[in-house]
Amino acid sequence: MKIFVCIKQVPAISEVKIDRKTGTLVREGVPGMINPMDKNALELALSIKENTGADVIALSMGPPQAEEILRESLAMGIDKAYLLTDRAFGGADTLATSYTLSLAIKKILKETEESKNYLVVCGAQAIDGDTAQVGPELAEELNIPQITNVRYVELSENKIIAESIFQSDEIAVIECKLPVLITVLKELNVPRFPTISGIVDAFDYKEVVHWNAKDLDADIQKIGLEGSRTQVYKIFIPPQKNEYIKLSGTIEDVAKDLCQKLKEDKIL
Amino acid sequence: MSIKIDRENCTGCGSCINSCLYGGITLFDGKAKLIPEKCILCGACVEACPVGAIIIKDEKKEKKIDISQYKGVWIIGEHYNNKIKNYVYQLLGKGRELADKLKVELTIILLGSELDENLEELGMYGADRVIYVKSPLLRNYYSEIYVNVITDLIIEYKPEIVLVGATPIGRDFAPRISKRLQTGLTADCTGLDIDQETRNLLLQTRPTFGGNIMATIRTPNSRPQMSTIRPGMFKVPKKMDKKPKIKIIEGKFKESDISTNIVKIIKRGKKRINLEEAQIVVAGGRGIGSKENFKIIKDLAKELNAEVAGSRVAVELGWIDPERQVGQTGKTISPRLYIACGISGAIQHKVGILCSDIIVAINKDPNAPIFEIAHYGIVGDLHKVVPAITREIRRLKEEEKVRKY
Repeated sequence: MKIFVCIKQVPAISEVKIDRKTGTLVREGVPGMINPMDKNALELALSIKENTGADVIALSMGPPQAEEILRESLAMGIDKAYLLTDRAFGGADTLATSYTLSLAIKKILKETEESKNYLVVCGAQAIDGDTAQVGPELAEELNIPQITNVRYVELSENKIIAESIFQSDEIAVIECKLPVLITVLKELNVPRFPTISGIVDAFDYKEVVHWNAKDLDADIQKIGLEGSRTQVYKIFIPPQKNEYIKLSGTIEDVAKDLCQKLKEDKIL
Repeated sequence: MSIKIDRENCTGCGSCINSCLYGGITLFDGKAKLIPEKCILCGACVEACPVGAIIIKDEKKEKKIDISQYKGVWIIGEHYNNKIKNYVYQLLGKGRELADKLKVELTIILLGSELDENLEELGMYGADRVIYVKSPLLRNYYSEIYVNVITDLIIEYKPEIVLVGATPIGRDFAPRISKRLQTGLTADCTGLDIDQETRNLLLQTRPTFGGNIMATIRTPNSRPQMSTIRPGMFKVPKKMDKKPKIKIIEGKFKESDISTNIVKIIKRGKKRINLEEAQIVVAGGRGIGSKENFKIIKDLAKELNAEVAGSRVAVELGWIDPERQVGQTGKTISPRLYIACGISGAIQHKVGILCSDIIVAINKDPNAPIFEIAHYGIVGDLHKVVPAITREIRRLKEEEKVRKY
């Protein structure tokens, strides 16, 4: 059995800063990390591996420096890591990204003569783009079913049972035969830390395979900016709004003023 | 796609440099020069250039679809145990506005089992047409059925715009449909408009890069233009006098045809907190200082008959339940009154409350960004101000009581 885990390198800060002087994004010196929910995906794959001996493969599409997160996943215990990197992949929207990832998965399946017995795991969403679209689009591209927003998984023989959250007050328990793609939530598990020997292995003995557009035999109409259907038309810093009514004076005055205003607004 | 600079026309004025958020363009030898590693081809410089010396090349070799065949705005509805979700009415309001601008019909698609009674009313919220796909199986959500049915309907009717709620369900089926149709999908939009200058394109605005920057996204060359929309961003429209055309399709689905099987559905015991529908919300952030201090927020909320909420920081510090988080990663709300106490107002928080009728900000830092969107602002110590407001409201209530007798 094979488990593919798709991971993404994201900036290790919660928001990108803007240099107000030049009006540009401050991107230099921002360290990268594995997208948090992708770590839960890796952990799930590793725990299944411990029970079943499955072959765990990590994939990432990104610039050459995204190799770091694949090294980290190797240090956690992943068997093989692939970086899909090429200038031609740049500027991809989720449609183009999912196409590129699907090519790598299909190529590995073909090379290893595996066709049905596999699971794809993705984090439910990335903290930088927040789209949650690559997972479902990848499932469609691979023509396999999907279960999104998963918080618990059980694997038995050739099927999985997953708990998925679609409504805030209920959990749907869903069963599905392999192959299937799942997207996982933070509450699924607690990701392990790499061990010292894991880190040594990852940097000294294991390899991150680089594949470019040619290696994947990609249709250039479907990758990168060319393969994207959405187009960023404008990027802007939200306008700062008008003046507000400032209430001042003693604490009591302020409280009275506010209540008076809210009465005039017919709220109280 | 690529950006070319015509060095002969370039006057070296530098307008393009100021327009670029990425620092992707610079002056070299008195002329604009692109820095390819930084440029993301967003085209901001193309618009900024006063002499038209920057050209963005976008010659698609692929055969373009005839986008003029696509007409009409669609909303894909969602229900929970056959009760239509509140945000669907919000989307109808916005959908109506877009349809009017484009002079086309507004259609709502529903998949359910017992929604017959609700169809007529959808007209009053603006729908010209309702397409209802009915099957006992559709009491629950099945990814596969939604994807297959909606994709087929889109292929048959060719709408130009398809709007879906950015809920766990909407975000499950919409990406798959967009992939099957090879069209663009913009996630989690907070604003929508029609660009009437350029071929009536849908302008889809969403926070990006973690939220302190907004991006407007278009889908110029494929149809339909699809977006998922964050619930709570628009108001439920006033009811109008309109009868929709209703089409009911009996779905013939068999459980055995579906690859996923719902084994069971477990109710979570927790009482549901409905921040999205609350009339008044009082929220606390980092400035509250501790879990114990949240009591003053709760006291005020109690007096106002309001719901209590918190910023991301308050949730992360464990001061308040995650279900009560407001903002980008929490709930988007549109109450009549929102009182933000000790919340600095990062853009992630602001996008969650923009639709509130009245925003009151209480913060000791006069430069806190929350004041940018506040209607009333109080610069001061919330630990004193909040209890004073609570007392004043109590006093007013007493006064009211006395007057009644």
